Parts: sequence; C-alpha cells; structure tokens
Amino acid sequence: MIRVVIAEIRKLRRPTLLLGTIATVGGLSALFTSIIFLMINSKSGNSKRGERVGPEELSQAIGLIYGFKLVGVFLGIVALCIFASQTAQEYSLGTLRNLLVRQPSRMKILAGKFISMSLFALVMVLFAGVLSISISFVLSGRAKVDTTEWTTSAALHLLFESTLNIFIATLCFGTFGMILGLLLRSPISAIAVGVLWNLILENILSALINSTGKWLPGVNFSNLGEGGNPDLSYKHSIAVSLAYLIISGALAAVLFKRRDVAN
Amino acid sequence: MEKVAISASDLTKIYGEQTALSHGNFVVPEGSICGFVGPNGSGKTTTIRMLLGLIAPSGGTATVLGESISHPEKYLPRVGAMIEGPAFYPALSGRENLKVLAELGGFPLSRVDQLLEKVDLADRGGSKFKTYSLGMKQRLGIAAALLPNPELLILDEPTNGLDPSGIQEVRGIIRDLADSGTTIFVSSHILSELEMICEYLVMLREGKVIFSGRTQELLSGQKPMIIAKPEYDVDLTSLANKLSEFGFQISIVDGSLQIDAAKEASATINRMAFEAGITLASISVVLPTLEETFFEMTGDNK
Repeated sequence: MIRVVIAEIRKLRRPTLLLGTIATVGGLSALFTSIIFLMINSKSGNSKRGERVGPEELSQAIGLIYGFKLVGVFLGIVALCIFASQTAQEYSLGTLRNLLVRQPSRMKILAGKFISMSLFALVMVLFAGVLSISISFVLSGRAKVDTTEWTTSAALHLLFESTLNIFIATLCFGTFGMILGLLLRSPISAIAVGVLWNLILENILSALINSTGKWLPGVNFSNLGEGGNPDLSYKHSIAVSLAYLIISGALAAVLFKRRDVAN
Repeated sequence: MEKVAISASDLTKIYGEQTALSHGNFVVPEGSICGFVGPNGSGKTTTIRMLLGLIAPSGGTATVLGESISHPEKYLPRVGAMIEGPAFYPALSGRENLKVLAELGGFPLSRVDQLLEKVDLADRGGSKFKTYSLGMKQRLGIAAALLPNPELLILDEPTNGLDPSGIQEVRGIIRDLADSGTTIFVSSHILSELEMICEYLVMLREGKVIFSGRTQELLSGQKPMIIAKPEYDVDLTSLANKLSEFGFQISIVDGSLQIDAAKEASATINRMAFEAGITLASISVVLPTLEETFFEMTGDNK
C-alpha cells in the first residue's frame, strides 16, 4: 500500500493542483484573517453572520486562532473538491485500468488514495494555520490587539486542539467528496453535488425544518471544525459524522471492489 | 506438450441481455505472437479486460501464465498491458506518468528513461501528456506496458494513430520482445500487420471464437486463386470467355483475371491461353490474405 501512497503523492504534487491549492487556501486564509483585524471597528461586523469580535476578545488566547477557525469550513470544501476530483478522474480519464493492472488489490488502491489525500489535506490545514497566525501577528498592532496571551501555553493548547479539529472536519468533507467521486465517477458531477449539498441544500433544509440541522452531514462536519457549540455537541457531531461516513464509505468501497472497470 | 500463456475455457461475459463473449475457448502458446481479431463489438476488449481482472466473467474460466484470472494479483506483476488506447494524466509529463505506474508496480524508476528511449520519446519525456500527438500517446502507452519487463504483453490496437514509420517501429519492438521469449497477445484492425507478425490467431465474431490456431493453418485452409495477366488488355475478355466455357469461375480485376481454381489448374489455363493465341505476361497462384479470409469468415465485407 505504501507504493500506492507514493504514486498518489506524485500525482498530488503536480504544479497545477499544488499551486492552485496553495493559492486558494492561502487566499481564503489571508482574506478571513485580514477581515477580522482590518474591520475590527466596522459596524457591519468582522466575523461570521455579521458578528463583531472586538480587541478585548481577540486579545485572549483564542484570538490567536480566530481567523484560522473561520477558514476551517472552507478548507473542508476545498478538500471535498480535491478528494472528489482525484477519485472520479480515474474513471473519466480511463486511468483506473492502468492502476488496477499495476496494483490489482482494489482496497489497497482505495486505502492508498485516501492516505495520500489525507496527507495532502494535513499539509493544506497546516499551511492555512501558519499563514493565518502569521497574518494575525502582523495585523494585531494595527488593530490594537494585545498579543501577550497568544504565546501562553493555553493559546498553544487551543492552537493544537483547533488544528486537530479542523483537520478532522477537513477529512470528513474530503471523505464525503471521495465517496461522491466513487459513486458518480465524474469529477464535475461529484464536485457539483458535494458543494451544492453542503453550501446550499443543507442551509435550505435547516431553514425549512429546524430540527434537521443536527442530523445533516455538512452541519456536523463543520461543527467538528469549530470544536462543537452549545446547540450541537462535539460528541453528537462525531457520532453522526462517523455514521454517515462509515455507512456510505462501506457502500462505496463494496461498489468499487465489485464493479466492472469497463470504460 | 506446448506450454500456454493464456488459456480460456467457456469464458463468458453477459451484460444484462447482451452477450459480449459466449463460451470462448482458445489458447495462446507461450513465446508466441498471437493476433486477436474481430469486427468492432465482437468482444475483443471485453475478453482482454477479463484476462486482466478488470471485469469479472459471467461464466467459464481462464488462466494467464498458469494462474486463474480470479487471482490477478498472482500474474499481473508479470504482465504488461495497453487496453483501448493510452490513458494517462494530462497534466503530468510522459516521464511523470510512467513514474506513477513504476512506483505503483514497484519497478525501478531507472527503467522509465530506458523505456522512453526505447519508444523514441526521450526528448519529449518532460512535456505534458496533453501536448502529445496521438502517435506519441500510443508510444507512451507501449512504454507503460513494458514497465514490468513482461513475460506476457497484451496490446489492444497498439498501432492506432501511428504513421507508417511508427507502425514499423512497433512491429520491431514486438518482434524483439518475442525473440526474447515474451508472449505477445495483440489485437489490431490492421490485419496485414498481424499477418506479417503473428504465428497464432484468435478470431472472434459476435462474441464467439470462430478460429483459434496457427495463422498458416487458417490461411492454407482457404481456397487459393490463380491470377493470370495477358500481355495485351484487349485479350482479357476473350480469354475470360474461353476459360468460362471450360467451367472456371472468373472475375476481371485491375487488368488481370482472377480464377477460383486449385494451383494444379495453372498449366491448363496457360495451355488454353496459348491455344487461343494469347500470351500471358504472368500467371501466379495466391492464397487469400488474412484480410480476405477475415472478411469471408466474419461476413463483415461491407
């Protein structure tokens, strides 16, 4: 399986994908972190849903990771697109047959792909974190935010915890994308369905039927990235996310193992 | 007893109500070059996919290099294959594409440059696959198939898109590999190519194997034809009439008479022409080509 991982990493590090991802993740990270500090006095708010986060709150240990946490959901969507396209393109390009001739164990192919894309997602999350924190330090002076608390062990603990949560959420979104890629076998369809579902349909469903929110996959993946909230516990989100991913993942894996490669 | 590289026994594949291959029985002897021919949709690619473990048979069995196709992991490391044209990642270079497959199969990366050299792509190895011409893509596909230094090479239409010199190069590669003991199973629609290089043939029609054996055995079983060309074209009709009266089946093609007759009739035809005062510029006995035989057997001569 190590051979599959190494081969997949060679594909993932191609300049178009790597530079495209760096630009997207870097851009999102810079944008969300900058908004928090540069619009700190804006009446229309500087955080999600028009909330205002002032210098006092940002001066706390959590101020270090505020921007990073905001970008977390979008990292998940980027991962969903990458996982979906990397999986579905093997069908659309016809390259799956080459892979299976060189590595006949379909489960090894699947596991190798997942591990390599998870490593890619980890690098993506770490890059976003480093960039967001660097920008936070750079802009803190201009926003008159005291950074003394940012270097305490409590802040470092929060940073570690958030990085882990954002990585778990990113993996959940990515796995969701991979499953869509396996089922739909077309990168465009898989990405379109995944993004539409998570960014639009889930919001509409939650707005229409309030009680559905806590059972929707995207809502729970995002909640994991935020470390849980008073309305939706972390444990609940872990359980719901795992249930979705294990059931649909097992179905997709069985299909992948048994389905004829006839294209 | 001849060792076999591929053996199929009642191999069957059914998609819904459509039978892609029905009770296919054939063998490919070890070390041979075996052609795999049949009209479009006759089941060639389906058969190749079953042999490579990409699709599961609906019935029957087959072995490849002595192993059952239900365990492709036991023989695929010794098999090279190019199926239905070359499929690679467009944004990666030719070299990177080969390295992906080399890493996947556990082959030394040093082999990649050797193979690019072998298929004459060394100077374009760094270019993205999407910039390649069809011929270059085809050659990269052949290089990928050669990565494992295979005991068995399965090629599906390897000369598609190649120019005459490219076709000649591929023929050379196939012959070199066969000389070194590699078994080659090759499908192509260029039957004249297969006739030149294949000692064995497996012929399909509508999902059924209609011939499996030596190429010579197939061709020698066909009726030969005598081609007679009078010195002057004006004599064509009178000679044709005279031979027809004698009971020969005649047709006039490109200034020559094509006569359906055994080679022993050559002397009779020559004598009859002489008696009619017609000098023959040439007279020869020809066996039908593989293409003619193929059309006759498959009924696909539109």
